[in-house]
Amino acid sequence: MNALGRRSLLQAAPFIGPFLLLYVGLLIYPLIDGLALSFHRADPFGGRAFAGLENYARLASDPVFGQALGNTFKYAVLVVPVLTAITLALALALNKPGRTASVFRGLFFSSSVLSVTIITLIWRFVLTPDAGLLAEAWEAGGREPVPFLSQPDLALLAVAVATIWWSIGLPMMLFLAGLQQIPEDIFEAAALDRANRWTTFRRITLPSLRRTVVLVVMLQTAAQLQLFGQAQLLTAGGPGGASRPVVLFIYETAFTRWELGYASAIAQVLFVLILAVTLLQFRAGTSRREP
Amino acid sequence: MASLELIEVRKAYGAATVLDGVSLSMETREFLAFLGPSGSGKSTLLRVIAGLETADGGEVRLGGRRIDQLPPGDRGVAMVFQHYALYPHMSVRDNMAFGLRNAGVAKGEIGRRVLEAARVLEIEPELDRKPAQLSGGQRQRVAIGRAIVKQPQLFLLDEPLSNLDAALRMRTRVQLAELRNRVDAAFIMVTHDQAEAMTLADRVAVIHDRRIQQVGPPMEIYARPANVWVARFVGSPAMNVAPVELLDGESGRASVRLGDGSQVDTRVPRAGLAGAGPLQIGLRAESVRVTGAGAGTTDARVELVERLGDRTLVYARLSDGQALTGEDRGASRVQAGDIVGLHMEGAAAHLFAPDGSGRHPVESTA
Repeated sequence: MNALGRRSLLQAAPFIGPFLLLYVGLLIYPLIDGLALSFHRADPFGGRAFAGLENYARLASDPVFGQALGNTFKYAVLVVPVLTAITLALALALNKPGRTASVFRGLFFSSSVLSVTIITLIWRFVLTPDAGLLAEAWEAGGREPVPFLSQPDLALLAVAVATIWWSIGLPMMLFLAGLQQIPEDIFEAAALDRANRWTTFRRITLPSLRRTVVLVVMLQTAAQLQLFGQAQLLTAGGPGGASRPVVLFIYETAFTRWELGYASAIAQVLFVLILAVTLLQFRAGTSRREP
Repeated sequence: MASLELIEVRKAYGAATVLDGVSLSMETREFLAFLGPSGSGKSTLLRVIAGLETADGGEVRLGGRRIDQLPPGDRGVAMVFQHYALYPHMSVRDNMAFGLRNAGVAKGEIGRRVLEAARVLEIEPELDRKPAQLSGGQRQRVAIGRAIVKQPQLFLLDEPLSNLDAALRMRTRVQLAELRNRVDAAFIMVTHDQAEAMTLADRVAVIHDRRIQQVGPPMEIYARPANVWVARFVGSPAMNVAPVELLDGESGRASVRLGDGSQVDTRVPRAGLAGAGPLQIGLRAESVRVTGAGAGTTDARVELVERLGDRTLVYARLSDGQALTGEDRGASRVQAGDIVGLHMEGAAAHLFAPDGSGRHPVESTA
């Protein structure tokens, strides 16, 4: 490095330093330590013994992990396409000037500012079989209320629905931003080219939003593979683990069974999975480029 | 047969009226320019014809058919947008074919028309490229190609040359002129550039203040402007306009006196001007020749000199403070601060009645 480069680095240090310290201390170090921990048998009380690949071997044959992994992918598959479609539709409907549209934009975004605790509380009021909103509706219709949260095939669905409701805000805003980037005159050109609404959407709007769609799907997939709070608070992963996602499994392993090494190993696997899925989506979303 | 007919077209945005009873009739294969400053309503009028805006009143007819209630695609018009509005994710070929596919034209016919247009516009090598890979001039030609393949009755061009650099603008101007000779359709071009309007158009519609101020061949608008506004808007530098007093006289022609007392004998008929109210004289710079002091109609003090090479523009002020622009030969030695004579060519002078309407010299070479 030449003298000039050294001097400018020295000048920059006070500005970068504090952040770098926090970043390394709170992110890089735990990341590496987590990886190291996954090769150990460890508990929070100081016990730490090297175990090689034992944790990973155990993981491969753990049926609870298998179930949690399956649930996690179910969440992603249930939530991401539906969420993308709903938020795109909302953005299309609300992408117009005027007070009504802006009020509705605010309304649909409002769920995003609530914490996961509030969200689960609200959905409990809706879903609980005794005096819940849906239960009342069911009973008014003269039918037995459905125990959404304690029926194995419905619990996961209930968590997914709550998640969609909670997550609408950001993708809708991304789509609105994407829509506003499309110049008005190409829609006018399409009108002169006799394109009807469906053709305009399919051949003009959607291709113009391609990057936004890729972004939304990537962000949401990464987010839903880490789904945790709603499942823990709404169903506690039950009944019988039917709605338990991987992150909840990590949490239980680490903080109720105190097996930190094993929990770290699960976390490493999830990390690699999320990375792989996201990269795949990115490749798929950007590969069809012009020659 | 008339091609396009506008009958009392009105358009308002809320309380702001932008088009106030515009009527116009075009011949088939005519090239018409809408000329006006920005905000004059000329683009709105084009968009009303295209169907991108709906008129609040009046009728738009094309080839005898009323089209103002039809959606844009069914009107038989094609538009070239100012910023081209090409579909960024489609190839050049698809950009041109899109409208034909939507109209259900047979596949072979689409291919034939696209290839023909690409050949004429010299964009064949670009057919499989995307708009982002093209230069500005190529994009412009694709936009024109997209209009041509539709074989419309009427082409609408919105400031088609404004995004091109000077050299390309000249070439595209020639191409547009060739295009109009080749296709069997009428053209409307919106522009704020009078040189474009004058060179390309058969007739120019000067639009200002929500109305068409005058429609006519370029030279007629230049030589016989309908009112003061058109007189000053068309031509560069702007026509000199100064208040005058009508002198008594027996002859049929009006003689007038300027504020500084100098007299100009015009060839404008006197009839109807006496007693009408305050008049204005209109003189183009080329009709105000710079002479030696005392040798012209009157003397003036030079304030600014613009040397254009082949001629020199002299901005001067009369003794009463009236500003006048005169012309001198290219090699003029006049300098700011000089006192010079101005010879006003009365035979070329226009008079404007109190309502602003123009009166023109008889026997003028229009």
